[in-house]
Amino acid sequence: MDLSIFLEILSSTIRMSVPLILACLAGLWSERSGIVDIGLEGKMLAGAFAAAAAASYFQNAWMGLLFAMLVAVAMSLVHGYASITQRGNQVVSGVAINMLAAGLTVVIGNSWYKQGGRTPALDELTRFTPLDFPGRESLFAIPVFGPVSKILLDHSILTYVAFAMVPLSAWALAKTRFGLRLRAVGENPHAVDTAGISVSRLRYQAVIIAGILCGIAGAYLSTSLSASFVRDMTAGRGYLALTALIFANWRAWPSLYACLLFGFLQAIANFMQGVKLFGFEIPVQIFNSLPYVMTVILLAGFIGKSIPPRASGIPYTKDR
Amino acid sequence: MSQRGELPTWVDVGLIPLLNLAIALFISGLVVVIIGENPLQALGIMLHGAVGSLKGWSYMFYYATNFIFTGLAVAVAFHAGLFNIGGDGQAYVAGLGAAIPGLLLGGALSSVLPGSISQPVTLLAALAGSIAIGAFYGWVPGYLQAKRGSHIVITTIMFNFIASSLMIYLINNVFRPVGKMAVESRAIDDAYILNFRELGRLVGMKLPSSPLNPVVLLAMLAAFLVWYLLWRTKLGFELRAVGANSDAAVYAGISPSRIIMIAMALSGGLAGLVAFNEILGVQHRLLLDFVGGAGFVGIAVALMGRSHPLGIVLSALLFGLLYQGGTELSFAIQTISRDMIVVIQGLVILFMGALEDAFRPSLSALFFKVED
Repeated sequence: MDLSIFLEILSSTIRMSVPLILACLAGLWSERSGIVDIGLEGKMLAGAFAAAAAASYFQNAWMGLLFAMLVAVAMSLVHGYASITQRGNQVVSGVAINMLAAGLTVVIGNSWYKQGGRTPALDELTRFTPLDFPGRESLFAIPVFGPVSKILLDHSILTYVAFAMVPLSAWALAKTRFGLRLRAVGENPHAVDTAGISVSRLRYQAVIIAGILCGIAGAYLSTSLSASFVRDMTAGRGYLALTALIFANWRAWPSLYACLLFGFLQAIANFMQGVKLFGFEIPVQIFNSLPYVMTVILLAGFIGKSIPPRASGIPYTKDR
Repeated sequence: MSQRGELPTWVDVGLIPLLNLAIALFISGLVVVIIGENPLQALGIMLHGAVGSLKGWSYMFYYATNFIFTGLAVAVAFHAGLFNIGGDGQAYVAGLGAAIPGLLLGGALSSVLPGSISQPVTLLAALAGSIAIGAFYGWVPGYLQAKRGSHIVITTIMFNFIASSLMIYLINNVFRPVGKMAVESRAIDDAYILNFRELGRLVGMKLPSSPLNPVVLLAMLAAFLVWYLLWRTKLGFELRAVGANSDAAVYAGISPSRIIMIAMALSGGLAGLVAFNEILGVQHRLLLDFVGGAGFVGIAVALMGRSHPLGIVLSALLFGLLYQGGTELSFAIQTISRDMIVVIQGLVILFMGALEDAFRPSLSALFFKVED
């Protein structure tokens, strides 16, 4: 394996990690407030469709991003209504969200564009393309340093938004009053309620933040990583992000590392198709299933201990 | 929430599900309107496609066969207080148990024994294999929850993805004959289940072609056995007790961890029967994604059937109708994609499962005003 493939894998790792990071942080916000979010996949998928459709309609990638966030937040609110207001089963609601997104994107896409659920291809001007900063080409042309810097600098704005969200979420959850209350509501909602703060309001805010982040993740998939929406384009990334969240023990910085690790495994799986190592072909399915296997082992308590927010998944009922 | 008292049973098991179903269907109708088609016309085509011909009925019962198995699988776990999202993975892996006896044993037996003996023996082995492997793949998450404290929902999701990777690898690298392009095993032709059309031909009856086969009767039997187990045996009582209140169950001398493992094994075994139906009754070979999301339909079926075997059979038939009718609909009206079924499924799960109590307060207000 020569060096250029290695650099390609690293660059691809970043591209693969971006949707994972955004969805994982979405899950972090939601679950830290006590709302289990199985529906990351569906919200991301709906966001991806909305982004591609709106970007092609308005001929503007930013409109795509806006609509992706709106649609994903709308789905978040459905989940919020079911799990906060109606105190329904959060897992069931998440499963429903995933199915609704999987079905609606194809049904609507097929009826609008008649391409089996695919949206029209976006050109370079209506997508989020790698940032064009002054001196870009000459920088990348420098021997050794150029290709290495390309790993970090040859990405669209959404990539940097995703990476910026990590310290932002970590800071907001740990240091701000809002973050403290939000975490408290996921651990002990009664205490928060006793302090005169609305549990529902905080949880709705959390699911809205989750929706916004899922929307960005979806927009990244359909308007940056590729140039149109295709059916089921999230391909399990929402579940993988959820896995990363558990692997990271519901904390922001470890989420980043888990997503980079899982992104790296995805990148390797893409590059290793048919590649022989020491005369032996490693099946790509090993890389594909490794995140899940590792998380199962982690959850079983064989490495470390996984501690979810104490009140997650439990609907809050005010005592009367 | 102010308790006005219990609603009558018929409201609880009849009216509320029907109301929720009606709303799910109404919103599906709105989606049809949004994409510019007539929902009543669409409904007509669906009904005609499913119940307008013997062929439609056969397909409806064929789809329902798988949904009864997965619906029962979800329901058994529900009764023990567990949410098994892993039905898809359990059924997928059970494909090994269904296919291996047919591929290995079938040929060997038929060379030494007459077909009338070798075939039933092979089929029984495949039946046992499907149940055993499905049960094992359900038992492992059960064990991890009972003994290691992992959450069943998360583990079964992980196991779905692991199952998918494992089966892609095995079918591609182990089962696929050398030189074959399609990713599937060789045909299982030494022993398989004749479908009703083929059976009809044996007695000189002409039936429409459909994948419907006698496994549908096994599905009905499974529904009866699950009912008997849950409401007529000690194990069933223990299972429901753990589901209702596992702390109280401990005081009654029941071990929740034992029940969790048994319930998950039963659940996985039931899901595994999908593999028996699909591989020996329909496809006659092991192929990629033969489960086709039936495990997830099972969630909708179990929710709608109120986790009762009779309700599950009925709602499995309804989903069979939706699948068959939806397929016909997508042929008749090109703009309505077959994925409309997935939308309806999602809405049913949302309204039946997550929002099931949304109408309870207003209904109970209605009822208790009348009686005052």
